[in-house]
Amino acid sequence: MAARREILGKLVLVSGSAEFLVQRTVAEWQAELSDQVADADVTHAEAAALDAGALAELTSPSLFAASRGVVIGGIDNLPDDMHGPLVAYAGAPAPDVAMLVLHPGGMKGKALLDRLRGAGVHEIKVEAPKPWKMSAWIAAESRRLGVQIEPAAADLLHRAVGDDIRALAAAVEQLCSDHPGARVDVDLVNRYYEGRAEIKTFDIAERAVAGDAAGALELLRWALGQRVALPLLTAAFAITVRRLIKLAFAPGGLSGGDLAREVGCSPAQLTRLREQTRGWDASGLATALDAVAAADAAVKGGAADPGHAMEHMVLTVTGARVGKPGR
Amino acid sequence: MPPNGQPGVWSGLVGQEPLVEALRPAVGAAQHWLDGRVDAAMTHAWLFTGPPGSGRSTAARSFAGALQCTDGGCGHCAACRQVSAGSHPDVTIVDTAGLTIGVDDVRELVLKAAMTPTVGRWSVILVQDADRLTDQAANAMLKSIEEPAARTLWLLCAPTSDDVMPTIRSRCRQVTLRTPPTRAVAAALESDGVAAALAAFAARASQGHIGRARALARDEQVRNRRREVLALPQRLRDPGDCVRAAHNVHETAKEESEAIAATLEQRELSAHADAWGTGTRGLRARGEPAALAELKRLHKSRRTRLVRDSVDRVLLDLLSAQRDVLRLQSDTHVELVNEEMRAELEGVSHRNRPVRTLRRIEALLGCREAMAANVAPLLALEQAFLRLARA
Ligand SMILES: [Zn+2]
Repeated sequence: MAARREILGKLVLVSGSAEFLVQRTVAEWQAELSDQVADADVTHAEAAALDAGALAELTSPSLFAASRGVVIGGIDNLPDDMHGPLVAYAGAPAPDVAMLVLHPGGMKGKALLDRLRGAGVHEIKVEAPKPWKMSAWIAAESRRLGVQIEPAAADLLHRAVGDDIRALAAAVEQLCSDHPGARVDVDLVNRYYEGRAEIKTFDIAERAVAGDAAGALELLRWALGQRVALPLLTAAFAITVRRLIKLAFAPGGLSGGDLAREVGCSPAQLTRLREQTRGWDASGLATALDAVAAADAAVKGGAADPGHAMEHMVLTVTGARVGKPGR
Repeated sequence: MPPNGQPGVWSGLVGQEPLVEALRPAVGAAQHWLDGRVDAAMTHAWLFTGPPGSGRSTAARSFAGALQCTDGGCGHCAACRQVSAGSHPDVTIVDTAGLTIGVDDVRELVLKAAMTPTVGRWSVILVQDADRLTDQAANAMLKSIEEPAARTLWLLCAPTSDDVMPTIRSRCRQVTLRTPPTRAVAAALESDGVAAALAAFAARASQGHIGRARALARDEQVRNRRREVLALPQRLRDPGDCVRAAHNVHETAKEESEAIAATLEQRELSAHADAWGTGTRGLRARGEPAALAELKRLHKSRRTRLVRDSVDRVLLDLLSAQRDVLRLQSDTHVELVNEEMRAELEGVSHRNRPVRTLRRIEALLGCREAMAANVAPLLALEQAFLRLARA
């Protein structure tokens, strides 16, 4: 947050379910508070147990500090009889108190949210980005840290690290602090994650659906040697085959962003996916996804030789193609 | 006998007359124990097993009531009413609501089990989901079950005896509930004021799961959803249909469990806040963050479980229709679970050969197995629907 803003005498609403982003917002707000007020005292409270007395105590002048911060978590659980007092406070906040109230999103406590918004509180929305928006989110994260990342590189990073935004944010931060001011491209991400087997799970799946059995098996053996978590591998295969099915049998008339949303990918990935659907028919795709589910069961049911189950999956998927190997 | 089953403290049970008859001697023998006479018809530890929705914990609770009551379970004295309301001071009911039961919980129970009853005749520990005891917790319970205090009774409930550690199982006397007959379920619904036709439908469609039968009778949305589910197989024409249908079922399961989980989580988080005093000003107590993290981990595991349960209900509904088709393929005069869809199912039974129906049943059973083995629910559903479409 670059711009310095008034923080004392304000109530700020943080809404959204992405726990990591909420925590980060709270931490940033606290940092800002301590920037503006030396030795500000910050108190955390849970809304579920809040009563009028506690609210009054929280917002009354402190013995130990001139100004202070109050964080109230889970206001979706705020008792009904406390809605009025909190909204009233939002309308006339104490001048030496900075207050942050947290709402985890969803319909519960929606009425309270609307009343707080009506009282004109500043709201920060923190929702986890949808999978098809993840690359854009990674790009924004990088920009925040003063680094440009190419769309393809953001995509690769997403696939390497997965959907966990905490892990993604950490990865972006690491990348940016190691390469300040750089322009991050695919090569850099690849070099960065070399040796990390997770990044290869999608590679293996993509080689398999492209019909490159030898290449997929070679990479698979390497990943097995790196002790890649096998459920990650079956999950990568499931996502890859599922996307092909969704694209190949998408409802008619969808295109661009709508189609990407239906398929569950970013619009930039559609072209590559379209290429991948060549060489597949309905029966082959059904066989492929069936084999992935069977492999997932083998992995989780404690198959005697999970590595063999993975190889079998790769070979069944490549064998289910009708066309000649692509690429 | 009242129309909905057994008199007195047993009135909450549906279609479990044989079980009640089997337990009656134990209630008499318990009186002999109190009079100072040995009687082998009673014992200190019981294991109630039976299919989901058959009323295991209701049975255990009724048994506890019958033992606390000076009149063998009259149903209206203070003891009977308190036990059935869950407020009897000498009946500790462990209600896990989807979480595991850990060793610390059990240590507390063992302490309680060592105490003599305060107002009642027995000190009863009733564990509703003994299948959720961790191994460590089960071990901590062993000694107390094996050498219980003179007036202490352990009542454990689990779907099957295989769900409980063998060492625990061997120390308990097992009683088993049957799947309640359709007629008994329908009668119970009718005595709750449900119209006869709706009661008959809900009883059949629930396949003996009382909670499910009540939901079907009470909630039109539940009935509509079941109808939609049963219409699914006809719409699986290509792999895209299968993947989308799996997605929809999975999303609905997530929404359903979200609604249940959110309520429970709210209650538990408030209880946590109260217990740790985080509602008032001041620093968070030492140990509070760890306890909160543990609670959130349990919440996550419960959500996983709720999603699986919801998907499983869909599979059971789909199975019921395929089994009806199979019945029609061998005998057209048999009563169907989905009687109201008879014309449609007859059509399916004529267009397909039994071997095809069997493959479909196999696909659905395979999906249940896959989910029991922890396969990602979405992937397991996709596989099942692809197999249904290709059967
Ligand atoms: Zn009584």
